[in-house]
Amino acid sequence: MQSPNFNPQSVYRVIGLVSLRFYLVLGILTAGILTAGQGFSQQSEAHPYEAPGPPKPANKIDELIFPRLAQLGIQPANPSSDAVFLRRVYLDVIGTLPTEEEARSFLEDKDPNKRSRLIDRLLQREEFAEYWALKWGDVLRIKSEFPINLWPNAVQAYARWVEASIAQNKPYDQFVRELLTASGSNFRVPPVNFYRATQDRSPEGLARTVALTFMGTRAENWPPQRLADMAVFFSQISYKSTGEWKEEIVMWDPIHAAANEGRKLPEFGVLPDGTKVPLTEEKDPREVFADWLIRPENPWFCRAIVNRIWHWLFGRGIIHEPDDIRPDNPPSHPDVLAFLQYELVRSGYDLRQLYRLILNSQTYQLSPIPRSTDPQAATHFAYYPVRRLDAEVLIDAICQITETGEDYWSMIPEPYTIIPESQRSIALSDGSITSTFLELFGRPPRDTGYESERINRITAGQRLHLLNSSHILRKLEQGPGLEWARNTRINSESITRLYLTILSRFPTPDELERVMRYSGGSSRRSGGSLIDVAWALVNSSEFLYRH
Amino acid sequence: MTQLELAQVVMHVGGEEAASEGARTLSRRLMLRRGIFGLLGLSLAPRLGWGHLLYAQPNSQAKATAVIQIWLWGGPSQLDTFDPKPKAGYDYCGQFTQPSRTNVDGILINEQLSELAKIADKYSLIRSMTHGINSHETAAYLVQTGRMPGDRIVYPHLGAVITYFATQHENPVSPSLIPPYVVLTEPQGRFSEAGFLGPRYKPFATGGDPARQPFAVEGIITPGTTEAQQRRRREMLQELDTLRKAMQGTPPIEELVQAEEQAYDLILGDSGKAFDPAQESQEVRDRYGRSTFGQSCLVARRLVERGVRFITINYKGWDTHKEHFVIMRRKLPELDRGLAALISDLAERGLLESTIVWCSGEFGRTPKIAWESPWNGGRHHWGHCFSALVAGGGFKGGQVVGASDEKGEYVKDRPVYPTDLIGSIYQLLGIDPTTTLRHPQGHLVKLIPDSNDGAPSGGLLKEIIA
Repeated sequence: MQSPNFNPQSVYRVIGLVSLRFYLVLGILTAGILTAGQGFSQQSEAHPYEAPGPPKPANKIDELIFPRLAQLGIQPANPSSDAVFLRRVYLDVIGTLPTEEEARSFLEDKDPNKRSRLIDRLLQREEFAEYWALKWGDVLRIKSEFPINLWPNAVQAYARWVEASIAQNKPYDQFVRELLTASGSNFRVPPVNFYRATQDRSPEGLARTVALTFMGTRAENWPPQRLADMAVFFSQISYKSTGEWKEEIVMWDPIHAAANEGRKLPEFGVLPDGTKVPLTEEKDPREVFADWLIRPENPWFCRAIVNRIWHWLFGRGIIHEPDDIRPDNPPSHPDVLAFLQYELVRSGYDLRQLYRLILNSQTYQLSPIPRSTDPQAATHFAYYPVRRLDAEVLIDAICQITETGEDYWSMIPEPYTIIPESQRSIALSDGSITSTFLELFGRPPRDTGYESERINRITAGQRLHLLNSSHILRKLEQGPGLEWARNTRINSESITRLYLTILSRFPTPDELERVMRYSGGSSRRSGGSLIDVAWALVNSSEFLYRH
Repeated sequence: MTQLELAQVVMHVGGEEAASEGARTLSRRLMLRRGIFGLLGLSLAPRLGWGHLLYAQPNSQAKATAVIQIWLWGGPSQLDTFDPKPKAGYDYCGQFTQPSRTNVDGILINEQLSELAKIADKYSLIRSMTHGINSHETAAYLVQTGRMPGDRIVYPHLGAVITYFATQHENPVSPSLIPPYVVLTEPQGRFSEAGFLGPRYKPFATGGDPARQPFAVEGIITPGTTEAQQRRRREMLQELDTLRKAMQGTPPIEELVQAEEQAYDLILGDSGKAFDPAQESQEVRDRYGRSTFGQSCLVARRLVERGVRFITINYKGWDTHKEHFVIMRRKLPELDRGLAALISDLAERGLLESTIVWCSGEFGRTPKIAWESPWNGGRHHWGHCFSALVAGGGFKGGQVVGASDEKGEYVKDRPVYPTDLIGSIYQLLGIDPTTTLRHPQGHLVKLIPDSNDGAPSGGLLKEIIA
């Protein structure tokens, strides 16, 4: 392999047995990933992203998705390679890059069930709760100030409650019911902050927020009467401050509401599906609404959450956008939605089970490389869509590789906030605490709760930052995580270690050859050049994008 | 950039387009170049005559196309800059009792500002700025947004507003390579300068120090890395990006490639040189002074030439509670040299007509000097009365607006509130100050508050708008 007469171009084209020998040399037995598929664009090049195809249905989801593709004449992508799956599932499920050891041990594991075992392990990780608390923080608009004004103490209480609910896998119906019906202090009864984290506390404003968050719909586009009717259920809430700084009591307060309205409280409410229900002095109308919302037969409720989770994992909803569900925005796969809703209810609103179901599907585990140029391939989930990493996930991955921290700041002058550098960005609870990197890379401001607030499209400014900023270069050149690379010769072992650390996979023989060639086949201590390789890998699309 | 140089760029790019290297490369490069052209077209349209093909001016009323804001963070003393009170006595004047006469009869400025004294016909002074706020953050927010903080909306800095209006008509497919809103060198922090307009309108903060060689503009210039190394790295990146090869031609990869070409045009191409003061002759560099501030002024001029809309020079160190006079003797000559060179140079290049230069802090300083320990001749925060300098872009020169009382403590004549100045700048840029912006929540927000909002006003600066 290090022979000076080695022709890289020939290696580039080599597939099958010759590659297999190199892999054997490296002690890798996953020959499958070497088999080049019959891709529509890259027929002759070996790449490490696919397993041999065609994909076979793994569960009911695939039994619904694949026949549709066949019907439309869209060829699905091949199954993903183990390496692609490993990296994808870590980034998607726990927002965290696998370590070198985790990558190596998974890739070398010969258990045919290793994928589903890995899914189970990840769903139990601490980072699972942290990462999904981050996503819920976006949806629930958890931030201290401007224009949502929760204030720091309440943010901490609220974010902790959300994370704990996820960590203990609180049934989703119970999670929502607690958010909708809680009364008490914003410091001591954290879910009451739901009613504080909005720009508009009028009954209609609250109704819009509830519809957006839990029904996935924009109530401002409803017939006005329906919104006005729904607002009635949120018209008896009052907010009271206490002697403690920034403490606020959120409570059901019919007497205050009646005094405010100057007339008798309504005796009936009309739910969004048109059902008329009595309102009595014995029951908080929010509870009446919540009990209607979370009924298993309520299509608004389960559909919104299964579609939202599908959107989080695939980058697009079966109904898209996932928070703009309306009659003239139909689902691409109503049968898949119906199946997922049924499974959610059957599992007792176990969201982790829903993740497990989707993650174990072949549809989720497809390769990112499309095999069809049909424009409908994307909307029919014929391949896994490549997307830039979330701002928080990307900087955490870079910090993990380099063992460096970040400089965070809060935009709020008081109380003065110091966040330790070692804080991971996915675990930031407060949307008002940020860093230069997060601002540049499209982290959502948490002003509205819209999914579209998060912008993962690459810009020239972001590219510039990744390629050449002192921020990123310093991490690579000085971070303790790559100290070993600064003191190691370039050889197949050190290159392999770098690939496992950064790209979570073994290098292909072709890549090994290219790196060796770049370093001039030097046997001297590599100095900066292994760091140059690290720089290139961190800047590769494979690193920057989930794939 | 002279017309000749521009013509060369045009020819050069034309040649590149002609030399077809395959459809994809061509279209990508073309898009990239259009980015630059769009940008150049904006500011040079009136001078070259071809810009109108690329960009229609939204408002023919516009006199100015760019703003250079010199932000004296901390708040400079009005008495010791543009509003000297030599008769107020030692407790007010301290060491500065001999103000400079300027080339405009009757206008006196601080004796340390000798270069500015020679060109008073090119700028006007506002001696009756007022808002009454004595805390840095609130005053800085108010002077730069026209709004008091705290009403649940985060308002944008006027630089973000101007960028917003200026970029509404740009080709959204390939935005300009050089950011339209630049801060030299550190951002102001705490208050998000883009406010509700969102991160797209945040300024690009250069970092680094233009007085040092090289000026390490964040992301663009990396000290210690040669151009050859950059090229070699880029080559390696393309060699090693296996996924990019496997997915060539798919939209996310194409987007990345386009962003990367734009980035490298700043790193290795001509765009990045806009930030490099070393492209100028030694004489020009000396004229501005070799201080960080002086060279920032020079870079600002280079950026204006390349179509940048709003540049803030965040010039710190004016919060002189202690040993005020020692600091002023150091800073005033630096300010004098850089600012005078900037105004004169813009005028000589025909750019002052279309470029507003605005120099002020968030407030002034207490006219009465704190001689006692621990201040030892210090001045504290003073929002009741302070001064601002404006030049170019339709502002007349050689004028004084308003007046302070005999000790420079309060406004005696013609108060000018922050909204009056900001509104006048908007007007000169062709932005109607009474217009509204759409908040992401859907409602409309007035560009500047008016009397219906309880905001005080002394009226737009009609007396110095030509």
